[in-house]
Amino acid sequence: MPVSIEQFVCPAPLAANDTVLLGHGSGGRLSAELVRDVFLPALGNSILGELEDQATLDVGGARIAFTTDSFVVKPLFFRGGDIGSLAVYGTINDLAVGGADPLFLSAAFIIEEGLPMETLRRVARSMGEAATAAGVRIVTADTKVVEKGSGDGLFVNTTGIGVLRPGVALSASNARAGDQVILSGYIGDHGMAILSEREGLEFDMPIGSDSAPLHTLTRAMLDAGTGIRAMRDPTRGGLASTLNEIAVQSGVTIEIEETAIPIREEVKGACELLGLDPLHVANEGKLVAVVAPEAAGAVLNTMHGHRLGADACIIGTVSGTARKLVLMRTSFGSTRVIDMLAGDQLPRIC
Amino acid sequence: MCLAIPGKIVDSEEIGGFRVGNVRFGGITRKVYLDFVPEAAPGDYVIVHVGFAISRVDAEEAERTFALLEEMGALRDDGVFEKDGPS
Amino acid sequence: MKYLDEYRDPKIARALVEQIRARVTRPWVLMEICGGQTHTLMRYGIDELVAPGVELVHGPGCPVCVTALETIDKALAIASRPDITFASYGDMLRVPGSHSDLFRVKASGGDVRIVYSPMDALKLARAMPERKVVFFAVGFETTAPANAMAVWQAHREGLANFSVLVSHVLVPPAIRLLLESPANRVQGFIAPGHVCTVMGYREYEELAREFHVPMVVGGFEPLDLLEAILMLVGQLEDGRAEAENQYVRSVAREGNAPARRIMDRVFEVADRKWRGIGDIGQSGYRLRPEFAMHDAERVFDLGAVTAEEPAECISALVLQGLKKPPDCSAFGTRCTPETPMGAPMVSTEGACAAYYVYRRHELLTLAGN
Repeated sequence: MPVSIEQFVCPAPLAANDTVLLGHGSGGRLSAELVRDVFLPALGNSILGELEDQATLDVGGARIAFTTDSFVVKPLFFRGGDIGSLAVYGTINDLAVGGADPLFLSAAFIIEEGLPMETLRRVARSMGEAATAAGVRIVTADTKVVEKGSGDGLFVNTTGIGVLRPGVALSASNARAGDQVILSGYIGDHGMAILSEREGLEFDMPIGSDSAPLHTLTRAMLDAGTGIRAMRDPTRGGLASTLNEIAVQSGVTIEIEETAIPIREEVKGACELLGLDPLHVANEGKLVAVVAPEAAGAVLNTMHGHRLGADACIIGTVSGTARKLVLMRTSFGSTRVIDMLAGDQLPRIC
Repeated sequence: MCLAIPGKIVDSEEIGGFRVGNVRFGGITRKVYLDFVPEAAPGDYVIVHVGFAISRVDAEEAERTFALLEEMGALRDDGVFEKDGPS
Repeated sequence: MKYLDEYRDPKIARALVEQIRARVTRPWVLMEICGGQTHTLMRYGIDELVAPGVELVHGPGCPVCVTALETIDKALAIASRPDITFASYGDMLRVPGSHSDLFRVKASGGDVRIVYSPMDALKLARAMPERKVVFFAVGFETTAPANAMAVWQAHREGLANFSVLVSHVLVPPAIRLLLESPANRVQGFIAPGHVCTVMGYREYEELAREFHVPMVVGGFEPLDLLEAILMLVGQLEDGRAEAENQYVRSVAREGNAPARRIMDRVFEVADRKWRGIGDIGQSGYRLRPEFAMHDAERVFDLGAVTAEEPAECISALVLQGLKKPPDCSAFGTRCTPETPMGAPMVSTEGACAAYYVYRRHELLTLAGN
């Protein structure tokens, strides 16, 4: 029976989300919508509205940076870290990329009944060691236990306080035409390390999380002089989401070169196998810096002198148009849009 | 949906009536069902889809046809790959 | 990775593009069927590189996209039951049914699990004998051997708690439908390389002969597709209409015999409804009667499921290659990957999604942004 084109129809659109979905936690578009549609209207104030990784507060003349984060990573222990060290470094990084020196952290634990005490001890020890190594102190904590089945092992929430360097006002809305985009190193390690453990992928050279505190790197970069407009750490949602956030907040187009982005072969292979895009995979020890063109060389040199910036490279520029997009020139010379992560490729990654 | 990638058979064994092999994809090794490629042996490459090898790569054919492509590429000179025509 | 990386060589790509440009004496319209091929074309901008001599339109190459609405609704009904563990490939989770999708069912407490292989679903059934495990068997012919194997094994083991909800669709009947349509503009087809790995390409020879339209079996890497395009252009310029094989490293004319044997044991060809298109005769698979205990359609008494399909989006026209996604008034505004109106926007391999993800900047340019 011949089918007539005129009869073709399409399914009805689904109404706006009436339940929270896993995708709302992915760090991509849905997460942004949750903030915009639920939290900002209710909690709104100009500081929250700036949507930076940390809040810049004026307290009696002192400029304080304040941030909060929650860690729900599964599994709790993975190659290259654990939920404890991740929590410490992740919080430090939120402060560091805002141009602050991190000083104090808080840690609140939501523990599922039945979690082995030894697991908790390991996490606590790891947090203590991470804090000491990074030169910060965890000065206040809280613990709650929920019934078996009401949580999943262990969740950690943190806040972090730091002092902003005088004269530093980094913001994702500062990017201007001509600025260079610098990436501090290989992307995709953390997300793929977690996923490979979950999926039981066996590697010749296993991928480890890149979880690390970036504050000494950022300090060195800021010491090198002015010219840094913004810094961000591309965690959930990956490099793509972070670049999009900057493009949107600054109202610019960012153009990057595919061949310039460093990705380890194992990460490429794992992504290939699982059908994932490394640009959307979480990182926990990397940063993106938007730098004025005249300062880019000096900043890059400084980064190369630091352990965590040894592989830093310029991956693109901010172009002059007003389209809030991220474009990538492929190895074939064609141009494609790099989008924010839409749904949730990898839940419980951070 | 048609995500299938090539990997190299490292070894194989019979498990529960199936022929299962360890197949390497770049730096990752995964277990793959080899029942659809009885002719494939360790050292061969197979195309794997949802955990099953669906073909054995004909290495000679692949090399022969790729050599032709390489020749094509070699005749060109290097330079920036610019897109021609209207943008 | 061997047999992948070398097929992404930009220098050889350049050479192939030049050869295509040199060969073309008039514009040709070609279609690729498989979503994976669409993805590669968009990702590497191959459609831009071969224009304007070659226009690429995207076919109904996404089994996720074309799974009938009734089937999705059945899946949702099954997955919502408290005694069911519902296993599916990840890309099915966001496909909208009449009122919901698997993600929402999961959010409401349904035991919905993402698996990468039907054998994973089988493992779940073995591990949880007290629960019924249902696997959503969606795909083209490529996935059918694996699904057949899972059902076969379940049957051998007497795993009564394992069943599959089958939604296999076959490519040749879809091509036939497109070619029979008076509005068809497609002059040559890139046949899906992994489907043909399983099935061979005899059916495509018949189609080429019957409709005098060239077919080339293509792989999935950029050089594969460029080479396939070159071969199609060669045929069109010469006035030939045959089936040729570009993807020789994986495809043989007769396909994979052991795979087809197990498929034949477990499945039989049946009529199937394609979302956005309608009923296409003999275009799908269903389980043979002796596997009824593993057939979710028969195991679960779902009653008559009628699905409402209000008319709004133009998926059907897109799936037929008659319209490009940007032609749709809802594209990129009301219809996005997060708020999909039609299936081609939901699936990562759908043409609308590919367009949205990779090409929005062109639209903004056109809109004067």
